[in-house]
Amino acid sequence: MIPDHDHLVKIVRDAANGVFSTMLAVDLEQGDAYMDTASPPAGDGILSFIGLAGSWVGTGSVSCTAACACKISSQFLMAEYTSVNEDVLDAIAEITNMVIGNVKTLLEEDLGPMGLSIPTVIFGRNFASRTVGTFEWTVVPFSFEGERIVIQICLAPQKEAIRPKPNVNVHEPAVN
Amino acid sequence: MDVLIVDDSAAIRKILQRVLRQAEVPLGEVFEAGDGVEALATLKSHSTVGLILSDINMPNMDGIQFLTAVRAMSEWASVPIVMITTEGSQNKVMEAVQLGASGYVRKPFTADQIKEKLTGLI
Repeated sequence: MIPDHDHLVKIVRDAANGVFSTMLAVDLEQGDAYMDTASPPAGDGILSFIGLAGSWVGTGSVSCTAACACKISSQFLMAEYTSVNEDVLDAIAEITNMVIGNVKTLLEEDLGPMGLSIPTVIFGRNFASRTVGTFEWTVVPFSFEGERIVIQICLAPQKEAIRPKPNVNVHEPAVN
Repeated sequence: MDVLIVDDSAAIRKILQRVLRQAEVPLGEVFEAGDGVEALATLKSHSTVGLILSDINMPNMDGIQFLTAVRAMSEWASVPIVMITTEGSQNKVMEAVQLGASGYVRKPFTADQIKEKLTGLI
């Protein structure tokens, strides 16, 4: 079965709510999900992403402001973080791993076995990202203590994903 | 009891230490490793380890390879190894159990789930 937008949104919400309620003891507020052809948003803060591989391939990401990342990490690690450091980056990477990992497990019911890459976290200002290929992203926003967290997933059958259209997507390195 | 925690996430290693204390596990020294290679080196130099908690998806040597290597060493054949991982596919669970995992906990986890899994193992 090909995962449609609504199904994917439900999977992402279930996975995110499960991780935040179990590991952080907090309930996320849901925002309105939508589709977007753009990669995860440019700007300031933290972008953490992880690759999915199998008969379907893609990327899952978690992005938020630095302040939000500190709040999440403080709750996750039960310590006070007021600025982004190694602990905060590691905490956000692990949150991403758990959320997207649980999305992967739920997707496997429909798409068969999938693999998960090691998460990568970017922290900086005025950075942009691009995913090679013409993907549609399912964008699922949440709110945590007044801060916005955005979880995005893009998926495509493997054969389509390995044939990017030329002149459409160019990877731009992060600029701090 | 000396415990070895194997996970590439320092955050999870910290959380598991806290959870073990909450679960009232009689902790001795807690060793940490970021992957299977580091974990094997730790075991070689610390024969007192009585419990291993290991992730599966890790760089260099993953948890399944680490589990296989540990079970191949006679001195570690009976040490409890609990896999704690995001990997939730039934195939991975079965593979880990067949290779000698003593238990399997999926992330996210609660302290009670870890405590319950350790009951009877230590």
